[in-house]
Amino acid sequence: MRKSVSATAAVLLLCLPGVLLAGGGSWTGVDETVVERYAAEAGRPAREPIINTDQGDLLLFVFALAGAGGGFVAGYYFHDLFGRRESKAEDEKGV
Amino acid sequence: MTCDRRILGALAAGACLSLLPATAWAMHISEGILPVGWAAGWFTVALPFVAWGVRDIRRQSKENPHYKSLAGLMGAAVFVISCLPIPVPGTGSCAHPTGTGLAAIFIGPAPTVVMAAIALALQALFMSHGGLSTLGANIVSMGIGGAFTGYYAFRLCRGLGMPAWGAAFLAGLLSDWATYTLTSLELAGALADPANFLKMLATILLAFVPTQVPLGILEGFISAGAYSFILFRRPDLLLLLMKETTR
Repeated sequence: MRKSVSATAAVLLLCLPGVLLAGGGSWTGVDETVVERYAAEAGRPAREPIINTDQGDLLLFVFALAGAGGGFVAGYYFHDLFGRRESKAEDEKGV
Repeated sequence: MTCDRRILGALAAGACLSLLPATAWAMHISEGILPVGWAAGWFTVALPFVAWGVRDIRRQSKENPHYKSLAGLMGAAVFVISCLPIPVPGTGSCAHPTGTGLAAIFIGPAPTVVMAAIALALQALFMSHGGLSTLGANIVSMGIGGAFTGYYAFRLCRGLGMPAWGAAFLAGLLSDWATYTLTSLELAGALADPANFLKMLATILLAFVPTQVPLGILEGFISAGAYSFILFRRPDLLLLLMKETTR
């Protein structure tokens, strides 16, 4: 059962890029289509962020940096928690 | 080992998706949407939970040498997952999972609130995602709502004899839905006049349904996969953590 759960999750994730390409919508986030829409209708439109990084490619840079930073931190602790068993086994084999 | 590789493949695919150039957000309430009174009120609700979480992290770090590493891993996961826009087929919209249900199973609900608060603050400051004035409200919906719902859903399901992967699936699913329900409550409470509160709440909730139903299911799979992976690789760690977080 565990195998089928992880396999289904993998398939779902792998299908997403295809969905991106095939979709006809604008792929706007629900914060715009729901949160900000109803707020604006109620007379409380969203203000510009205090540090506005949503300008040109700046946001892409910030997101790439955040993904890399988050990935590094996750990888560091992942290795600390799960990397030891294989290293130990390799040491014992003399690899 | 095959199962292990499949899960790693799923995680790698998720990581690749985070690199896609999409600028779409979801449950985070943007800067300026909430009136000052409501924003301050949500901060007042959030702060005691953050303080509780900080105390819990200190205590558990002293008692369990692996706790800091797991908290770091879960904090990074919450940060990355909660700024990962996922396109939802058929709706033409994107939304993001929260990761707080998953984190709460492993490190406890109060420490997860701290991780969510850090992630949300970084996103509000540097990623034009959410807002500083709405940080309290976002901590309440994603941190407190998501973490406590996920944690207690997991414990309840395990108590009822459900298999661990099923309990983890429901924890992820319900934590996602709880987050968006709370966001709807926060918005309707702040934006609608009392006579129209229920109508606005229902309208916002229904608007979230097309994206959040499939996304909640996806979050359930992510939680079940991560739980199965840790159970497979480090059952000793899981036993130790369960003992700590259920105290």
